[in-house]
Amino acid sequence: MTALTNDHDLHDHDDHHHHEAEAADRYVFGFWLYIISDCLLFSTLFATYAVMGQNFANGITPKELFDLNFVAVETALLLLSSFTFGMAMLGANVENMAKTKFWLIITALLGLSFLGMEIYEFVHFSHEGATPQTSGYWTSFYSLVATHGLHVTAGLIWMFFLFIHFNRDGFSNENKIRLSCLSLFWHFLDIIWICVFSFVYLRGAM
Amino acid sequence: MKKRLFQSTMLFSLALLLSGCDLALFDSSGVTGKEIGDTILLTMGLMLIVVIPTILMSIWIPYKYHSSKADESYDPEWEHSSKIEFFAWGVPVVIIVILATITYFTSYSLDPRKELASDKEPLTVQVVAMDWKWLFLYPEEKIAVVNEVAFPVDRPVEFLVTSQSTMNSFFIPKLGGQIYAMAGMENRMNLMGTEIGEYRGISANYSGFGFAGMRFKAKVTSEEDFGKWVESVKASGQVLTDAEYDRLIEKTRDHKVEYFSSIDPLQFKNIIESFIGAQNGSN
Amino acid sequence: MVQTDLIKDPHVLTGKLHWGVIPFHDPVVAPVMFAAILGGLLLVAFVTYKKLWGYLWNEWFTSVDHKKIGIMYCIVALVMLVRGFSDAILMRTHQALSTSDTFGEGYLPPEHYDQIFTAHGVIMIFFVATPLMVGIMNVIMPLQIGARDVAYPFLNSLSFYLFLVGALLVNISLFVGEFAAVGWLAYTPLSGIEYSPGVGVDYWIWALQISGIGTTLTAVNFVATILKMRAPGMTMMKMPVFTWTTFCANVIALVIFPILTVAIAQLTLDRYLDFNFFTNDDGGNQMMWVNLIWAWGHPEVYFLVLPAFGMISEVTATFSRKRLFGYVSLIWATIAIMLLSFLVWLHHFFTMGSGASVNAFFGIMTMIIGIPTGVKLYNWIFTMYKGRVELTASMWWVIAMLITFTVGGMTGVMLSIPANDFVLHNSMFVPAHFHNVIIGGAVYGYFAGFTYWFPKATGVKLNETLGKWSVGLWFFGYFFAWVPLYYTGFDGMTRRLQYIDNPEWQLPMYIALIGVVLIAAGIGTQVVNIAWSLYKRNDPQYKDVTGDPWDAHTLEWYTTSPPQFYNFGDVPHINDRDPLLDMKQKGIAYKRPEKYSRIHMPKNTWAGPVLGLLTLPMGFGFVWHIWWMVIASVAAIFACWVKLNFERDKDYYVEVPEVEEIEGKFLKSNEGRNYYFEKNAKYYKKWKPSDQNDSTVVAK
Repeated sequence: MTALTNDHDLHDHDDHHHHEAEAADRYVFGFWLYIISDCLLFSTLFATYAVMGQNFANGITPKELFDLNFVAVETALLLLSSFTFGMAMLGANVENMAKTKFWLIITALLGLSFLGMEIYEFVHFSHEGATPQTSGYWTSFYSLVATHGLHVTAGLIWMFFLFIHFNRDGFSNENKIRLSCLSLFWHFLDIIWICVFSFVYLRGAM
Repeated sequence: MKKRLFQSTMLFSLALLLSGCDLALFDSSGVTGKEIGDTILLTMGLMLIVVIPTILMSIWIPYKYHSSKADESYDPEWEHSSKIEFFAWGVPVVIIVILATITYFTSYSLDPRKELASDKEPLTVQVVAMDWKWLFLYPEEKIAVVNEVAFPVDRPVEFLVTSQSTMNSFFIPKLGGQIYAMAGMENRMNLMGTEIGEYRGISANYSGFGFAGMRFKAKVTSEEDFGKWVESVKASGQVLTDAEYDRLIEKTRDHKVEYFSSIDPLQFKNIIESFIGAQNGSN
Repeated sequence: MVQTDLIKDPHVLTGKLHWGVIPFHDPVVAPVMFAAILGGLLLVAFVTYKKLWGYLWNEWFTSVDHKKIGIMYCIVALVMLVRGFSDAILMRTHQALSTSDTFGEGYLPPEHYDQIFTAHGVIMIFFVATPLMVGIMNVIMPLQIGARDVAYPFLNSLSFYLFLVGALLVNISLFVGEFAAVGWLAYTPLSGIEYSPGVGVDYWIWALQISGIGTTLTAVNFVATILKMRAPGMTMMKMPVFTWTTFCANVIALVIFPILTVAIAQLTLDRYLDFNFFTNDDGGNQMMWVNLIWAWGHPEVYFLVLPAFGMISEVTATFSRKRLFGYVSLIWATIAIMLLSFLVWLHHFFTMGSGASVNAFFGIMTMIIGIPTGVKLYNWIFTMYKGRVELTASMWWVIAMLITFTVGGMTGVMLSIPANDFVLHNSMFVPAHFHNVIIGGAVYGYFAGFTYWFPKATGVKLNETLGKWSVGLWFFGYFFAWVPLYYTGFDGMTRRLQYIDNPEWQLPMYIALIGVVLIAAGIGTQVVNIAWSLYKRNDPQYKDVTGDPWDAHTLEWYTTSPPQFYNFGDVPHINDRDPLLDMKQKGIAYKRPEKYSRIHMPKNTWAGPVLGLLTLPMGFGFVWHIWWMVIASVAAIFACWVKLNFERDKDYYVEVPEVEEIEGKFLKSNEGRNYYFEKNAKYYKKWKPSDQNDSTVVAK
């Protein structure tokens, strides 16, 4: 129980730094809770995928389409972007704006390339006759992978606005909270992708 | 106490109603139905052993310790008693352990898929839920009937259940359990009637606008009458062709009884396989 | 009835919408529609005439104050209760008439009747029970833990408007088009596009999706509030039981609402883009929908009932004039229920054919929940034991709850045995059971809490006599309405029947109709009670001057009624589970602290109502396939979100002189109070009046 106790005073101190620390703590904590609920969202999608994993309805199968080399590159891009985000965080820790921005740009470019590859893959699969309407399997495949893709897109849009925030206010308390939350989000998406890679692509290609 | 009086009247009348036992579930004409009815009464009786004292306590204690009584045993700081806590956890644990044991054994013994003990060969009836009617296929007799089903008394019947459209539940309350009818899938349920009679058959899972009228007559007959019934169906002269089946697929409400003297023996299999659904979607 | 399934080829501008979808000629709906429009216009005219728009916008609509948001939740919930209950009256009268040879088959065609039972379920669960509970939690929980507000005040406002949009969409469906006619959980494949081509299911989808996202945000907000914002000294095991149950309920919501979001999104894709999640053909799996919706749906009922248990605990302790019996037991029972609630969903479909082993597992898990629930009942009963029970109206609700809920628990355990369920499943026994636990457990609990905390939220006590009348009417009404339906359930009567073929069920239907009339009178009494008490708000008999009308033990009573916008002038250090009693006994309650500090507060924001309400045209556009409306709303939402993100100046400080002035009045109104424990000092063994000697000790 002691881990949950909260015995220090969060109130009434006319102390600016105290407020800032408290707000940062509260917002990052809330973002963790959001991540938990997002985890549940992906778990449901994975469960759906597991249930429908064999429902090909006499249509095309993933074995015929999946190209592991292609997905390996995609995975590498996203993993690398997690690393570069870490570099950006290191920059932010010492309040080095140039360094932070540089690594954020690299991260965004990697994220964009990942998205580009994913869209290319979807278009390619559709041309080969695997659309979401083809069968239960492809329905669950597209909804799972595209939900991850939409999250990455949201992360990129967030990154764009964070840039504007940085230009306006520099390393303000709010911007630091934003960066910490985005970093959590980005690493979380990386972990989800590793699950997608193992459960969807590796298993599907076998 | 008005409430108390009301409560005991309620319970008394409930007991009276149950002992009257003209209710479908407690006056069953099927083997599984009888056992299920007994299980319901047994479990309810067991629960009442704790439920009645709890209700009486929740009336008596506020009455006894009402502020107007100025009871001298008033103890505002009393908030814990290991003895009472022991019983507060112990009593529910004991009753649930007993009920869980009953649950465990009846889940197996009254599973509708379990074959019923009998020296007679089971009769197979294939059931298709349609919008909004029931189609019964007799693969051995090669006949089909809409909204009526008959089978001999004291002979186990194996119902194979599927659906042509939405999810329904195949249920003859007087005979025993129910099972879902789902498209592209086959569910199995065994029933055996022990008394000759005509019973209500229904769908027990809401399936659309014609749901209330989705009923059939379940006739439990003597072996001899069953033979006659089959003959009368065969005499109808109507054949369940593809065109006839397409006509049945059309949505209808309160559909009349129809007899078909001849069917394709693979009809049921074809209906299930017309859907590439959950159970036969893989290749 | 309106037939929206006949509309093909949506128009570019109006989508599937046209004049034919408005039921001008329906004898039941048209008068209601005109009355609603007229009433709405009158309300708008009244507000305009009284020049209240500015006040409403500044003080209420844009408010991020948890108390005001909570009150708005409760108001909407009560309005929707009347709407949902009208559906109940329609159903009971229709079924009573549909069994009689003289009246024929009732007066509602299946196309209408089936919408009514669907709407009734959806409204009562999502737009009555949930908001009433969230409303009470909103007002009370931050006060109980000594917080200034919830962790994310803006998010709280946004949650409210998302919920409101859901409620509005359901009500719009009554007048524009149709609502779903597929049962409240919209089982596939019936709810798929093939079998329900009209817009009804789309209304269901968007109402639930939008309000469900609101509930997820609320869950994040409340969990963070409870874990991060408690008063100094308040450890988890010193938290009031209501806060504990709120915490567990919101953990449940945090875990399950994403499942609902995904399931509804999948159904949406099936219906709008021909995906194959739940279709009969092409490798869809209808059983997956049933699993997902109940994996959400069963924990959902514990989400609803746990806070009610908390309210019952608070009310029982206060009016027994005792400490709560078995606090630790109650907390562990709550946690046990929270964890077990995730492991029982399959008991809703034993008859799907999962096999004996699976059924036995889920049946036994279900009845295990009976253990912690039973413990709770005993703890409440033993809280009254050796007490001085004051039978106020809220205490009447508690006793009504203890009796009714026990019966409901019994029928629940009966249903959890798979063998029994094979004949009881989907019979009238099932609705009788879940109304027994939802009305008897959750709703009576909410009303107990509502009556108990009404003075805290408004500064006005409710009329006791009228309160007791509504308890009596509800209590007897419930048993009249549902015991006959338990009976017909035993006789093999299925639920959701638009007409009834068995004449023997006519008498039970008539008795049930009497019950529904009694409950209607109970609701009427409650409405009159609220109106009357508010009208008499300055009458000393009704007015709450001290902020602590019941001489209670917990922190929410240690402030004015209604509380100041900043809640507490000075948050005390907590040393006990009953902090206010502790402070009163030590003689440090209502003492001026050495110094007040200035208070940091969030400013009101336009963003909650604007962002939230923009989802209304979005949902409406989706329902009617009006794509320009969808695109425009989404773009507007995005633009507002960006604007909000770049706003500065979101907070302000309340300066010390203002705090001192307000708090001075509050402390003065509590001077010279004679507490209950002082009058009964001889019964207190741990506390002696001499403890109060050191009157110079100040709070904190």
